[in-house]
Amino acid sequence: MSRREHIIPGLSALTLVLALASLAIGPTGTGLGGGDQAWLILTEIRLPRTLLGLLVGAALGLSGAALQGYLRNPLAEPGIIGISGGAALGAVLAIHTGLAASFAIGLPLGGLFGAAGAMAVVLWLAGERGGPITLILSGVAIASLTTALIALVLTLSQNPFATVEIVYWLMGSLSDRSMTHVWLAAPPILIGLAMLARLGRDLDALTLGEEVAANLGTSLPRLRLLVVTGTALAVGAATAVSGTIGFVGLIVPHILRPLVGHVPSRLLPASALGGAALVLAADLALRIVSPGGGIRLGVLTALIGTPFFVWLVVSTRRELAP
Amino acid sequence: MSVALKNVRLALGDRVVLDTVDASIPVGRVTAVVGPNGAGKSTLLRACAGLLSPVHGEIALGDRPIKELTRPEIARAIAYLPQERAVHWPLAARAVVALGRLPHDDADPAAITRALAAMDIAPLADRPISQLSGGERARVLVARALAQEAPLLITDEPTAGLDPAHALALFSLFRRLATEGRTIVVALHDLSLAARFADHILLLANQRVAAHGPPADVLTPRYLERAFSVTMLCTTVGEMPIVVPVSTLP
Repeated sequence: MSRREHIIPGLSALTLVLALASLAIGPTGTGLGGGDQAWLILTEIRLPRTLLGLLVGAALGLSGAALQGYLRNPLAEPGIIGISGGAALGAVLAIHTGLAASFAIGLPLGGLFGAAGAMAVVLWLAGERGGPITLILSGVAIASLTTALIALVLTLSQNPFATVEIVYWLMGSLSDRSMTHVWLAAPPILIGLAMLARLGRDLDALTLGEEVAANLGTSLPRLRLLVVTGTALAVGAATAVSGTIGFVGLIVPHILRPLVGHVPSRLLPASALGGAALVLAADLALRIVSPGGGIRLGVLTALIGTPFFVWLVVSTRRELAP
Repeated sequence: MSVALKNVRLALGDRVVLDTVDASIPVGRVTAVVGPNGAGKSTLLRACAGLLSPVHGEIALGDRPIKELTRPEIARAIAYLPQERAVHWPLAARAVVALGRLPHDDADPAAITRALAAMDIAPLADRPISQLSGGERARVLVARALAQEAPLLITDEPTAGLDPAHALALFSLFRRLATEGRTIVVALHDLSLAARFADHILLLANQRVAAHGPPADVLTPRYLERAFSVTMLCTTVGEMPIVVPVSTLP
């Protein structure tokens, strides 16, 4: 029991240390020492990057935990319901049409609209009375469609600079973001996080199946609406400012689940903190290993994520073996 | 808390499962719902638990129609244990039983301990449910429903997979809960258990209530042979009623 009680304070401390390190470490050297230039670097470059790392990581971790709990499937992640695909498509269209170049927040705004559009279509397709299966099916359909449309935009793009920008943006990054990005992304992310964080009771009840959850007082249509809307707000806004950062929403709940006794409600806060810690750590690692920006954040999380996914498959296979 | 069904029709999709059901489930009694496969036992239970709305007719809980009750009110009034025994995450047995306290907004460790003890699973409380046998898991899930401490307990085939000792213990517990004033509804295939432990029988067959009343009146060859298409031996050993299927009717 003691390990379970220490998990939240432990993750909070880890996240705090990583956030301070993220403020302190960069290509211009370490330390928070004086001078106007140092202050400018801290407030204009490192602070937005750190805040976005916290927000984006928490959004990915918490929505991953909520979706896995709702779908009762450890392989679920925010991408599966098509929201990140919609956000990516919206952002790519903003770059392609020149909207992103004409004003600073055109790109994230495009992402937000894309996420909202994907959410509306997924909810409509899944139907009012549909269960988790219809949600997955419509999510997968929208995710495939957005991938195809992004590919189409790339091939149709006649401006090679826009093409390069799209490809780079799709890889996901927290560099070169300003406080404007933070102010734009923070409200939807925080509202989404607040919606998802309150679902613990219903997700716990769902452990025993939909009928028992309903008997224990859970409204399944309301739960689904909150899961999808909360994820769309949090992950849609996160993707809109940071690009696609894969695997965080899959890995983080999976690693932390045994440490909280597999209880879905305890997994929610732990995954929010764990996601923030992982994104901050990956972003810090990039700054140290590849200060020139050669490796992108989304690429690094996928590089870490894929071997983990393979391990997940192998261990599931072992569990299922006779 | 009594349940009254007035001219109820229940359907799954567009298939009518039960029609013109008029029945009342008495307070402080054990009511057994029996009938052949597909007779609508589980559907009737789900409707009584407020999980399925009748196509027409009315189901009342005490003196109020069930559709007028709020979700939290239903959750505190009815504990429902389905036949399906899914537990999607490997929670500790105690954590599963604690889920029964969700409608009350208080964990009440005493209620959880009582439920664990009643189902003889206190020694397994800290084990993950994935490491328990089928029968042990079934007892943990019954304990979850008990921990809810609702005046109406609806259980669907709770003895499936239980060994004789635990099946007998469970029905003795149901009898005790009934004498404390709780209403127990249980769908059963074991007609001898129904004859021995139930106060009231609801026999379903051919989309209708074929008979209802005390076991001695309903569990007779006359009703059972028509409902199950099987010849039945209905007898007593000492004081104990026994119902045994003998051979299928042509």
